[in-house]
Parts: sequence; structure tokens; C-alpha cells
Amino acid sequence: MGAILAIAFTTVREAVRRKLVLLAALVGAAFLLLYGLAFHLAVGNPRSIVNAASRALERQGEALFLLLGLYAANMLVATLAILASIDTLSGDIASGAMQTLLSKPLARWQLLLGKWLGFAALLTLLQAALLGGAMAIAYGFTGYLAPHRAAGLALLWLEMLLLLTVTLLWGTRLSTLANGVLSLGLFGLAFLGGWIEQIGALTHHPGAVRVGIVASLIMPSEALWRRAAFEMQPQLLSALAIGPFAGASVPSPLMVAYAVAYTALAFILAVRLFHTRDL
Amino acid sequence: MPALAIETSGLRKVYGRKLALADLSLEVRAGEAFGLLGPNGAGKSTCLKLLLGLARPTAGHGRLLGRPLGDIPTRRRVGFLPEHFHFQDWLSGPEVLRLHGRLFGLAPDLLRRRVPELLERVGLGAQGAKPLREYSKGMQQRLGLAQALVNQPELIFLDEPTSGLDPLGRLLVREVIQEQRQRGAAVFLNSHLLGEVEVSCDRVAFVKDGCLLETRDLRAAAAPSLRLRLRARGVPADFWRRALPRGRADQLPGDAWALELAAEDAIPELLRALLAAGAQVYELTPLSLSLEEIFLRVIGRDGGDA
Repeated sequence: MGAILAIAFTTVREAVRRKLVLLAALVGAAFLLLYGLAFHLAVGNPRSIVNAASRALERQGEALFLLLGLYAANMLVATLAILASIDTLSGDIASGAMQTLLSKPLARWQLLLGKWLGFAALLTLLQAALLGGAMAIAYGFTGYLAPHRAAGLALLWLEMLLLLTVTLLWGTRLSTLANGVLSLGLFGLAFLGGWIEQIGALTHHPGAVRVGIVASLIMPSEALWRRAAFEMQPQLLSALAIGPFAGASVPSPLMVAYAVAYTALAFILAVRLFHTRDL
Repeated sequence: MPALAIETSGLRKVYGRKLALADLSLEVRAGEAFGLLGPNGAGKSTCLKLLLGLARPTAGHGRLLGRPLGDIPTRRRVGFLPEHFHFQDWLSGPEVLRLHGRLFGLAPDLLRRRVPELLERVGLGAQGAKPLREYSKGMQQRLGLAQALVNQPELIFLDEPTSGLDPLGRLLVREVIQEQRQRGAAVFLNSHLLGEVEVSCDRVAFVKDGCLLETRDLRAAAAPSLRLRLRARGVPADFWRRALPRGRADQLPGDAWALELAAEDAIPELLRALLAAGAQVYELTPLSLSLEEIFLRVIGRDGGDA
């Protein structure tokens, strides 16, 4: 356990020393500032409310605006989950640092788990700050709180862990560049698949929905976002099924279970592939 | 402690279609300094990787300190300085040593004492506190050496330990090897620098093209024969066959020969015979059989590039 924590601690320290944390914090702060400004301009100044019906519509606008913020924040976290961890195995192997580390009484799975924990801790903080920040801004301006926040945030947390784990998995065998192409490519594939499924459902094309589901099976990251957005949008938006984020076709709980199993299997596969890798 | 620090039998490593190590069987005794010599690409580094469990042998097996290769707890008793390494350059020297110490499971108290001692020992001292990105190549190498000693190992692997070091640094490596041996540690030295191996090692193995060619004891009572260098002109072509039926003469460039005689008594007699045969002798110098000559003889002049 001591060795795993030493690796996790070193991973965090690397991110701090290489200014990853500082830059992520700056980008995050800029994001929240911009979002707060937009929120203020768009929905922060409620027009005079004449009746309950217009108030309800107003509320849908606020909810949509919050979902937009969460969407962008989640996109940022997901991209950073891939970028932050893309070089950590291949880079250490190329520099020779890995050979020195693994000549110590440290099993390879321990090194993998240590790095995973370190990145997971950092990304969780970033995610909490961005998603929490977006929610706080929405609440501050309008008093609106999304429903099922815990479930929604847990799903987005799972998406971040999924992307981190998959990036580490390919890092056990691929060079940094190849890993970047594959991990970002899969992420983009899931993203595209999600929209195909949405639009397919809106326009009643079951074939397109199936293509989207297959894309989610290949990489379930976007499906987790859509389930989370579905959880966190007001019932009226769900009922209308017109939201741009999670309206028409909602991933089932089975897909969520699939994503959990996918992440666990990706980690196990990463351990196996790393274990047999010649350094 | 087992009598053998390392024993391997038929170790073989194939990367894809490239044969890196054909068949390596060797034994290193506990407390011994053992050198692995060979031209670049002979399989020395592959051998280290297999011994340290960084790569898996395609065939064969071995034991380190009595335990099978790849055994993780055994690594507590092993130190390793890799040939090409680059520590995390955003750490300082003491941080690198503390990290590696923690991975060895050493207590923080112990590390607080040992880390400054080690930095001092490898000549880094106070300037070691800089971040590694400000280290010179030589300082990196010194830190690597300290890192290999942080757990006071019973067996130390040094892969080209003097690369990037100035003469003082090379002297340091030599002294450190001596100290570690006095402490009772076995040292496994990979090098293509013959002088380094000659000074530090008890035994040496020659590898070429992934094969172990020969193992030689460097500490055995002086070489069995006497070596001389002769520079002379006008030596008849068949002279050596007649004058040295039991010795050996290898022609060197510039009218010179390397001679091997059975005993010192044969020198005056040889000189008389040379003069009688009409040769003009310019130089006759006794030599000890240097490792370089052994190396060239065992490996061949074409080295590993053939």
C-alpha cells in the first residue's frame, strides 16, 4: 500500500510541478467566469413575470442553460482526463524512469493503480470545481437547482474515470502519439455516435439509433453524459423530449452498468498488458 | 545468504524476429564483482533486463539471491543503475532518493539520515538539492548511483556506470564498488570499458551476438604465460616456428610482435636466437596480459558489428 501511495503522491506532484494543475485551474476559472457572465446576461435578469405559466417556461430556459454549462465543463474534464494521462506510461518508459521504478519491490499493477489514483484524485477535484461551480452560478443567479444532482454527478464522475482508465490501458502498449490518436478518436466516436442516436430518435430513424448504440458499446463515455443530463433536467424538458442534450433517446441503466463493467475490465486488461510488457 | 548471487541457465530472449540473447548460463557468487563485457549490441543490457524482471525470457530460467527471476520481494535486496535513464526532472535529488527509498519500503526516519549521506558520498552534497532539470549529465549519473545504493543492496547491477562521468567521477564509481564489496555486496557490472572492469571485477564474462563466449578469472595468480612486446626488423619468416615451438607470436602493426613465452628464463635465449638469425631488435618489453588483449582475442577484432 505504501508503494501505491508513493506512486499516487508522485503523480500528483508531477502534475503540480509541471504546472498542469495551475493551468487547469486557470482554464477552469476562465470557464466559470465566462459562464457566470453569460448566465448573468441571458437568464440572470428575469423579465417581469406575469403568471405561473411564463415562470415555468423561464425555469426551462434556466435548466437548459445550466445543462449547457455542465456539458461544456464535462467536455473540458473529459478532454483533460485523456490529455493528462496520455504520456504517463509511455513517457516514463521512453525516458527510462519506468525501468528504475519497476526494479524496486513494486508490482506493475501497483504502479498502474498508483498512477490511476493520483490522476483520479486530481481530476475529481477539477470536476468538482467545474461542475459544482456551474451549478453554484446557476443557483446564485436564479435559485435553480437541478434534480437528481448526486446521480448525475456520479455518472459524470464515472465518465471521467472511464476515459482515464482507457487512456492508461492503451498507454501500457502504445506510444504517446498513438495513444492520443486512439483515445481521442474513441472519445470522438462516442460523441458522434451519441448525436447520431439523438437525431435518429428525433427523426424516427431506428437504424441511426442502432448505430449510436453500437458506438456507445464501443466507447460508452457519451452515453454516460446523456444519462447524467437526463437525470439532471427538469421533468418538463424530459417529457417534451426536445432537449439538445438528452431528449430523444436516453441510455438505459443497463448501459450505465455496461460502462461500469467496461471501466473495470479496461483496468484489468491494462494490468495484464502492462504485466507482460518488456521494458 | 545463498552462495550464488545470480545463477542462470539457458536464458534466451527474442524480440519479434530479433535475437537479443541466444543462450546465457552464468553464475555470480555472493560478494563477488562480476563484469559482463562485450561490444555494443552483444546482449548485455538485455541480460540485465531479464535478470531484473523488466523483460521476460523467451526460454531458460534463473535465480537472483536464491529466488526465481521476477520475484518481487527479492528486489528489496537489489540495487540497479540503468544505462539510459532520466529521472523525473521535476524532482530534486533528495526527492528522487526518498521516492526510491519509499518504494523499497524504507522508513522515513532512516531515509532522513541516509539520503544526505548518500548524496555526500556520490559528491553531490548541497548542490544535489537542485531540481534535476538543472543537473548535468554527470550529476544525473552520480544520483543514479546513489539511487542504486539507497537500500544497501546485497546485489548491485551497474549498467555502464561511468558513462557521462569525468575522471573524478570514474574514480568515484571504482571506490564505491570497492566499498560495496567490503560491505559484502555482489556487484554485476555491465561495461564496454575494459579498464573499468579490469580494476573492479574478480571475474569477467565475454558476450558477443547474444552468446556467452568465455568466463575468465581476473584474480587468479598472474597469467599462466609471460607476455612480451617485441619490435624488430629482419626476422626470418619461419623464425618463430623454430624458436618458439611451445610459445606464441602474433604479428602487430609496425614490425612488432606480441610474444607469449613459457617462462622468464626463455628471454635471453630468445634474444640470442633473434640476433643469430640476423634480426635487428629495437624493443623487448614484458607485458601483463591486459584485459583489452583478452577481449580482442575472445571477441575478435571485428567486434559486434560483424
